[in-house]
Amino acid sequence: MSTLKNLWQKKRWIFWLLIVALLCVPPMLKILGIYKIKALYLRYACNIMMYATLAGSLNVINGYSGQTCLGQAGFFAIGAYTCAILSTRLGVSFWVLLPLCGLASGLIGLLVSLPTLRLQGIYLSIVTLGASEIIRIIAQTASITGGAMGIKGIPYPWLFGLDAFRPEYYYFIFLVLGILFLFCTSRILGSRVGRAWISIREDQVAAKSLGVRTSFYKSLNFVYGAFWAGVIGCAYAPFVNFIESSQFTTDKGFDVLAMIVIGGQGTLIGPIIGSTIVTILTESLRFLGVWRYVIYALIIIAMMWLRPQGIAGATNSILAGGKVKRKPQKGKGAKA
Amino acid sequence: MSERDNRPVLLEAQGVCKYFGGLKAVENVDMQIREGDIFGIIGPNGAGKTTFFNMCTGMYPVTKGKILFEGNDLTKLNTEEIAEKYIARTFQNIQLFRFMTVLENVKIGCHVQTHSNLFDAILHSRRYHDDEAYTTKKSLDILKRIGLYEYRDVKASNLSYGMQRKVEIARAMALDHKILLLDEPAAGMNPQETQSLMEFIKQLNADGLTIAVIEHDMKFIMNSCNRILVLNFGQKIFEGTPQEVKENREVQEAYFGKGMVAGEALK
Repeated sequence: MSTLKNLWQKKRWIFWLLIVALLCVPPMLKILGIYKIKALYLRYACNIMMYATLAGSLNVINGYSGQTCLGQAGFFAIGAYTCAILSTRLGVSFWVLLPLCGLASGLIGLLVSLPTLRLQGIYLSIVTLGASEIIRIIAQTASITGGAMGIKGIPYPWLFGLDAFRPEYYYFIFLVLGILFLFCTSRILGSRVGRAWISIREDQVAAKSLGVRTSFYKSLNFVYGAFWAGVIGCAYAPFVNFIESSQFTTDKGFDVLAMIVIGGQGTLIGPIIGSTIVTILTESLRFLGVWRYVIYALIIIAMMWLRPQGIAGATNSILAGGKVKRKPQKGKGAKA
Repeated sequence: MSERDNRPVLLEAQGVCKYFGGLKAVENVDMQIREGDIFGIIGPNGAGKTTFFNMCTGMYPVTKGKILFEGNDLTKLNTEEIAEKYIARTFQNIQLFRFMTVLENVKIGCHVQTHSNLFDAILHSRRYHDDEAYTTKKSLDILKRIGLYEYRDVKASNLSYGMQRKVEIARAMALDHKILLLDEPAAGMNPQETQSLMEFIKQLNADGLTIAVIEHDMKFIMNSCNRILVLNFGQKIFEGTPQEVKENREVQEAYFGKGMVAGEALK
């Protein structure tokens, strides 16, 4: 056991490699024809990974810099529509579109963040909510986005000579994007930039007094979160093949928010857990019809009440409602 | 007295005023902090001491007057710019990053001396490695110096009050500025902690740091400061050495009141 722990501390990448290899197993089984997993289940897996990354991008904003963004669906929509328009009209390659959609969404993120730098808490939330809704309404009315008809026939990405239209191929696209997101984000959080974000979340006045340019870092944080939402939006559009404005309502934004609340804000693993739970619940409770939203709501209420910091919960964070968990004193554990 | 006059002026206030509507929180205060000073600012509650500090660090805009640092006008600069180039400070009600470790707290103090950006962090570029090595080394050095090295991985809010104050000072020291403004550093400390803090501040000063300190603990002020400014109702009523301040009639009146009874008390 101790050697295992030692290995975990020293050669962490081996574990990550193992996890990634395990994640590769289900689609590979299907591709190699060893075991026929239902395509539906692979689609669920794709959904989980997609939402995990989307929730992760929101978590960067809400969990790490303490700004309350409710408009992630808007940034997601920007990515999806940019991809759909450019690929159907101009035939731009999916792989070029991925960073391009991210940048487009990041730019909108910047535009939203600039006038809101002085806002905090609920006021910022309202503005982001509004921005998200404005984006959706524009998509619903403008002719370039196909209006209420949406955009059909978004070409599948071209992957090693194969059209990635089947979920077992698309699985890998989401997996790689998810890993890339985690890789970049974890590195940023361990750096000067990440520390600046967290310091703003903890105490903005103190951060300013130490020379952290809070406006700049808040903007940067917003742009970074929006960038990844855009990238995921771009991957989403060909995956579903058809997009229209009703896929990007604020409900979607709240779904993503619920994921990070349930999973745990301010942790990298939280959004993944949240996305897994919420996606599985929504799919498995489909037979209940609209009633499943009641169950959904009950879970959120229970979470807020019992474990406000979420399942993966950073107990030692300001997000846990300001309660600090002290280390148990020596001898206390032995008694119990 | 004359020895002090030869030293260059570091932080200077010229006729500084701060009005909140009709309330004159600070009215026409002049001050010169010279290099090497431990400069005390005292006064009864509500005298405008913290407001004055907040103006020096750009947290409140100045209504009238000027604040200069080595001849540079700070009046129009915002908090971040002043913190970046000129002045480090601590707060009256401790404002630590409570849920970060002590080491991380101090690391943020090194923010302005490092320059790696988002892409450096993602790519782990040379600049990132240099910055991280510099930040870690420097933060640990400061923690050793202030005596918190063993607590480096403890969450700041789990420390005792006195230690939290020290973390705040450590964080401000990481900025590497010539002057440190301490807003009631001994508040809430027990006498031993106050004593050790006083010695630490004197040591910092001996190592070449200029210090301005707001404090209610008279023993602390009289024993450590070489120059004291007294504020009352936003106005400067006296400035001088600790001895002069003790003997000054107006200061006594501000603290003890006027009349027979107060006169008795002073005897």
